[in-house]
This record gives sequence, C-alpha cells and structure tokens, in this order.
Amino acid sequence: MSFQYRAGSPQRPNEGLLSNKAVYDKLKLMAETTANDAQPPASKWAAVLALAWLIPGGGHFLLKRPGRGGLLAASVAAMFLLGLMMRGALFQPQTGDILTTVIYCGGFLGNVMSGILYLFTVWLGYNQPDTAGHVHDYGTKFLVAAGLLNILAMVDAFEIATGKKD
Amino acid sequence: MPKMNLSHFEASMLFALFTSIVLGIITKRTDRERVRYAAYCFACFVGATVGLSWLMYLGHG
Repeated sequence: MSFQYRAGSPQRPNEGLLSNKAVYDKLKLMAETTANDAQPPASKWAAVLALAWLIPGGGHFLLKRPGRGGLLAASVAAMFLLGLMMRGALFQPQTGDILTTVIYCGGFLGNVMSGILYLFTVWLGYNQPDTAGHVHDYGTKFLVAAGLLNILAMVDAFEIATGKKD
Repeated sequence: MPKMNLSHFEASMLFALFTSIVLGIITKRTDRERVRYAAYCFACFVGATVGLSWLMYLGHG
C-alpha cells in the first residue's frame, strides 16, 4: 500500500518532521512532566500530614474533603474506643530477641499512630496490664489496628495534598 | 468507661466493618466505587472468617 501527496489534501510532505518550535515545545513539556513527578515542597504537605496524624481524618478536613474525613475519623475513633472498652493493652517499646523487638516496637508505633486518641489515653492514665482472655486480646489488636488505619488515612491525605489524587 | 464482652464473631465483624470502610475510602476514586469496594472487602472478611472457623472446627476433631 502506498500513499501519494495530492494537491489540496490536508496532509503535506515533511509533516512528520518537527519544526524547531515543535521540538522546543516537546522538550518543555517533558521538562514540566519531570518536574511534576518530583516531590513537591514539604510546605505543601507537612501540615496536612501532621494534622492527619494528630486528629484522624483531620488532613482530609484541611483539604476540604469533609465527607471522607468524617468517615475516616469515625472509623479510626470507633476502632480505638472499642479497643479501650475491651480493655486492650498498650504496647511499650522493648528490645531483646528479634521477635520481641518487632512485636513491642511495632505495636508501640501502631498505638502512637492513633494520634490524639493515644495521647489522651496515656495522659488520662489508662494502664491496662496484658492479661489473658480473648476479649483483652481483641482489644489490644483493635488499638494497634486503629493506628494502622490512621496511617492509611495519612497516606491518602498526603496523596491528595501532593496532587496525585483527587 | 464501660467494659465490653464480645464474642469472637462480633469482634471480628466489627474489625471487618471499620477496616472495610477505610479501605474503600482510600483506594477508590468515586463514591460508587468506594461503596462497592468496601462491600466487597467486608464480604471477603466475612467469607474468610466463616471459612477459617469451619476449618478450625473440622480440624479440631
């Protein structure tokens, strides 16, 4: 199959070759795309991330997504409060063998990531020893899971703040 | 603060509910997709809970 140029046809010879201006525009677009992929300045997302940690769902509220923020706040808070009502234990960081370190330091981080919920709980003197029983056990897991859910909410807020997501 | 006494099933269903809500919110872009994904996650949690419970019951002998 062959194509021939005919006078009056919309296709012109040399159309496949780019002019200097077209090359410049293409390079400019590539540079802008690369710049957009780079990490945005911390001033754009640091406050959102900090608020998202301190108040579950707070980052979404700051970014004017109250519906999603409210649902995230309710879910994390409900999970944490259920953990407290089941008398779950809060972790303290401990080191020793690798399993102890992972469980206790990881659990502590999970607790801390609940933000203000954790801070208030500690300030108000909640000190539940780690006792046997499936309800206490579920409570301990709920307290950690609340923090892990808040980490997911923080990542979501970060992506919204940096424009990677709506 | 009142103390709660939940069964395994009740506690795991509450866990599934709140986790599904959060997963639905953060992973999808439209509200319709979010609701569908949250429902899907919840169904998976319930299915896994019931399936593993039967497995443990039958494996217990």
